[in-house]
Amino acid sequence: MPDIELVNMDRHICRNVNLKIMDREIFVVVGTTGAGKTTLLNVIAGVADYSGSVLIDGVNVDRVSPRKRGVGYLFQSLALFPHMTVESNIAFGLSAGGTEKSAADSRVTSLMEMMHIKHLAHRYPHTLSGGEKKRVALARSLAPSPQILLLDEPTASLDHQTAKYLRTELVSLLKELEMTTVYVTHDLREAEEIADRIALMSHGRIEQVSTPHDFFFNPRTEFVSEFVGMLNIIECTRSRVLTSGLVEVVSDEMTMVLPYDGGAIRKIAIPPDDIYISDVKPPGPALNRFTGKVEEISRYGSNVRVRVSIGKNKLLAELPSGAFDELSLQEGKDVHVVIKLRRLRYVES
Amino acid sequence: MNKESRHLQSAWGALPVAVFIAAWEIVGRFDLFPGQFFFPPFSAVLKEFYYLTADGVLGKNFTSSLVRVVIGLCSGSIAGIFVGVVMGWRRVINGALNPIISLLYPIPALGWLPLLMLWIGINEMLPITIIFICSFFPVVYNTATGIRNVDARYVRAAETLGASNMRILFKVIIPLALPNIFTGLRLEAGMSWRVLIAAEMVAIPTGIGALLMQAESLVRVDIVMVCLIVLSIMCLLFERIFAFMEKRMIGKWSNHA
Repeated sequence: MPDIELVNMDRHICRNVNLKIMDREIFVVVGTTGAGKTTLLNVIAGVADYSGSVLIDGVNVDRVSPRKRGVGYLFQSLALFPHMTVESNIAFGLSAGGTEKSAADSRVTSLMEMMHIKHLAHRYPHTLSGGEKKRVALARSLAPSPQILLLDEPTASLDHQTAKYLRTELVSLLKELEMTTVYVTHDLREAEEIADRIALMSHGRIEQVSTPHDFFFNPRTEFVSEFVGMLNIIECTRSRVLTSGLVEVVSDEMTMVLPYDGGAIRKIAIPPDDIYISDVKPPGPALNRFTGKVEEISRYGSNVRVRVSIGKNKLLAELPSGAFDELSLQEGKDVHVVIKLRRLRYVES
Repeated sequence: MNKESRHLQSAWGALPVAVFIAAWEIVGRFDLFPGQFFFPPFSAVLKEFYYLTADGVLGKNFTSSLVRVVIGLCSGSIAGIFVGVVMGWRRVINGALNPIISLLYPIPALGWLPLLMLWIGINEMLPITIIFICSFFPVVYNTATGIRNVDARYVRAAETLGASNMRILFKVIIPLALPNIFTGLRLEAGMSWRVLIAAEMVAIPTGIGALLMQAESLVRVDIVMVCLIVLSIMCLLFERIFAFMEKRMIGKWSNHA
């Protein structure tokens, strides 16, 4: 599988982008709306004009048309041909590439089986649900056996459950296919789940390229740090394995239980929006629940940030304004803090 | 909608027609307008329709008109679609042809009649050419617009799937432009009959239009009405034929393109 290199690429908002994507890598590009993520994909696919250079497998493809770049592209809009059935949509790239009818039919059938859409073969795109359309579009982009796969927000505009299900399937599919994949999303948690490396884009510039781990624990700029939102990183003094899947860690007065898959634990990171604050004692077991004191309250966009001290540790919690208004919080007040178990991250030493 | 309610809706739609025919019959039969010759009852028109059909006059004139419409409409539409596709597909050709089309399109088809009478003479080619002109320009316009309005995302998707320009044109762009093309065809299918009748009334000695003029000169209002009914039915029928073709070819997806 080929690698991809962008050298001094300029297009619209993207200015002087230099990027190397390794072969067989799942490279996730994250960023806010208008950051230039889709532009990056369009340039790699060759469907947008640009200056600078794009190299695929070391070969300059600036003058190579999109149809010969060997790229499969799942557009954010999907662009399923409305006048073709699911089957015809998937077969389009095969017949365009001159694949024999019998070979094309069997490839279409196997792709439909792989994407669990065989029962939709004769349906038109407008009769499909959002998730089904995404599967069809993905099957269509995979049909001509591209060497590079470009995915533009493949789980956007799906409900939470469908998005999660599709993401899980996509991850196993991408691992199985071992294709060089560029995956665009605005959801950092989605990026973390699937990426070999993550690039954060802002206003057409690449802010940081690193592994998911480095992204969360070593943000190189303030912008990355803000975007990641991982503002609570606390040192662990000791840890004890409880079961094969759970570990108990201690940091000052805090004793927490978190999911575990081996190794020693040095630091824990807790996203601010995974810390719940209550002015009354929450019901249930005392697991990952603490008592602290409100030190500072500040507005942050439509949210409110509350800094709470628990012993020597200071945690920053982020609440939606509506939830904050329902609490009678003020600086110096004692509060109950609940930390969401599944969102705790840790660094192995 | 179930079968029963569909029948009910058809019956409800037929009611105004029945009332109209009944009122016509009453007004004609009881001579509510001065002189029965000027407003024959519906039954008299029907009787005249039978006589004209039986002695072959209506059939002969109708066939002449039908042949002219079919040849003129088909050739005008095919040429219009071809030019429209080329104009919509290639910006350079659009730039070259658009000023000419824009200048000629507003001229009413019948406006060409005096010129064509001088150039072609009074023969079969005259009404066919008029219908050709009548259908050509609107079809060009609608086709070019349809082709240009095809969402560029579909073209980009087809390109990344490895399709050649010709394949993109024939498999993606033209099919997606069909709703626009059919709009033009449907409108012109009825319009071609209206233009033909006018041309036959003015310049051609055969056809429904000519029969209409002969009936007028003999003060045969019943024959005039027969001709108008035939014209009305043919306009409607031609529009429906294209509507049917449109539904069959693109009805499954056209509202969602």
